[in-house]
Amino acid sequence: MTGAGQTLQSNRRIFQKRYEAAIRIVCLLCALVSVLTTLAIILTLAGQAGRFFSKVSPLAFFTGTDWSPTFSDAKFGVLPLINGTLLITVGSGLFALPLGLLSAIYLSEYASPRARNILKPGLELLAGIPTVVYGYFGVMFVTPLLKKLLPNMGFGEFNAASGAIVVGIMILPLVSSLCEDALSAVPRALREGAYGLGATKAEVALKIVVPAALSGIMAAYILALSRAIGETMAVSLAAGSRPRMTLNPAESIQTMTSYIVQASKGDPPRESAAYGSLFAVALSLFVITLIMNILAAKFVKKYRNVYD
Amino acid sequence: MGGTEGKVSGKVIVDGSSTVEPISKNVEEKIRGKYPELQVLVNKSGTGGGFTKFAAKEIEIATASRPIEQEEIDKGKTGGVEFIELPIAYDGLSVVVPKENTFATSLTLDELKKIWSPDSKLASWKDVRAGFPDVALKLYGPDTQSGTFDYFTEAINGKKGASRKDYEQSADDEVLVRGVSGDKGGLGYFGYAYYEAHKDKLNVVAIDSGKGAIAPSAETIGDGTYSPLSRPLFLYVRKDVADRPDVKTLVEFFLSDEGQASVKDEGYVPLTADEIKLVRERFTKGVTGSMFGGKPAVGVKLKDLLGKLEGAK
Repeated sequence: MTGAGQTLQSNRRIFQKRYEAAIRIVCLLCALVSVLTTLAIILTLAGQAGRFFSKVSPLAFFTGTDWSPTFSDAKFGVLPLINGTLLITVGSGLFALPLGLLSAIYLSEYASPRARNILKPGLELLAGIPTVVYGYFGVMFVTPLLKKLLPNMGFGEFNAASGAIVVGIMILPLVSSLCEDALSAVPRALREGAYGLGATKAEVALKIVVPAALSGIMAAYILALSRAIGETMAVSLAAGSRPRMTLNPAESIQTMTSYIVQASKGDPPRESAAYGSLFAVALSLFVITLIMNILAAKFVKKYRNVYD
Repeated sequence: MGGTEGKVSGKVIVDGSSTVEPISKNVEEKIRGKYPELQVLVNKSGTGGGFTKFAAKEIEIATASRPIEQEEIDKGKTGGVEFIELPIAYDGLSVVVPKENTFATSLTLDELKKIWSPDSKLASWKDVRAGFPDVALKLYGPDTQSGTFDYFTEAINGKKGASRKDYEQSADDEVLVRGVSGDKGGLGYFGYAYYEAHKDKLNVVAIDSGKGAIAPSAETIGDGTYSPLSRPLFLYVRKDVADRPDVKTLVEFFLSDEGQASVKDEGYVPLTADEIKLVRERFTKGVTGSMFGGKPAVGVKLKDLLGKLEGAK
């Protein structure tokens, strides 16, 4: 009787051990999927881009100002695409960064719980709208509005400003919610101390809390901007498809991502340089966003060190 | 035909020219009612993109807004692809400006060349012709995969693919319509059907090739006086699947009165009764190869084509 009970118990223990090990392995495999996918993407990009750079010199690629890969006299200077991407990123940043920070300050410092409960989901709802909808919103609403408000700027039907504004609206929830996290993480003691010294609410918010959360805010900004760099659908629709060097937001431009969309739709033959250029552009894009994300991680680390 | 009605089943993929796509869509809708089991997938990868897939045997029928080129014929040959070339309609490649542009009612071939030549730097309408206002010129056109791009550059600049590059490119003609109609100084070109469908937003430019300005219309495209921008549109059917009941039914539908009515519905010009008869014969006999010998066909007129069809008998 006791013997049987013991075997049962040891059986259970063995089962439990195996069960624990199985769970561990399943979880590990799941975690590996994302790592392996990233590795596979890097390898594919690098391999194809390498083949491309054996045909087109990297110098011509990174310093050329003429991007026309599918024409009979093809030119592969990526600068116009980087120009377009930067125009969209800077423009959307000008729109979303101040707006996002100010709304985060309101949410974290001023808003009553009631107002928060309405505003926060409202902002987060923006993040749930498909990007193609933003694109059409740009073409159908923002562009006509810009033409009406600034008739002398010569806005084209597709223009960088419209693309930048819709991307700005898209990254707004990201900026505000990350900024709000950073602001809320500032210890209460700092605020109380300032109030004790006779500071007003505005002084506390702007001169104490924001500077204290600065590195978190910077991290939020960088993450949002790297999202803007990678945005594809909205800019393909609203900002046009004409690669060129310009700082005029009223003109149409082409970003790195919208080139990839346009070229891959056209089905370039596999052995052509135009096909390889897809991967070279994608790799450049990948490197840019990677650098941005590393920067963001650095800021977050610094920010943690201050208060832990 | 009546006997097999409704019984044909299968899946046929039609891809290629965005100019031909409205016709294929129209035919597909009609045929769906008649043959519920027959699945027709219509796509628009551009004439060049269509031929690439055709040579790789990914699709059964390639549509084209220019004849197949030698390079494309050769590519098919290495993969064992033979084709039957069937003209199905005429199109007048249309040069358009927005409704509010009332000055550019006509342009000469030289003026078009001045605008579109590879080294052109024209930035204002006033440089196109003395007397035009100083309005920024905003150019729209199809991308380089497009047969319309190939045809236009051949007809205007004398060399396929020779074009200025700093224009707004799109494979989607609807995007071009949107761009031109929204830009005061806009100018673009695409198939006549897209002008017909958006007449309320666009003006079509009459083209003067030395014999007075002629605007594209069913008559001027049909009798070839709208020259050199009138052109035939084609189906290319893979020889190895031409006898498959589903493919055969679809192609015969394109060449039937109903199919030719689709051509007309979409704003293109149907073939004449004599021509369609010859094209049908070409299909039933399974005549392979191109009537154009891999060369561009700028300025092909109805009667020339008829002669070619008769010669190929």
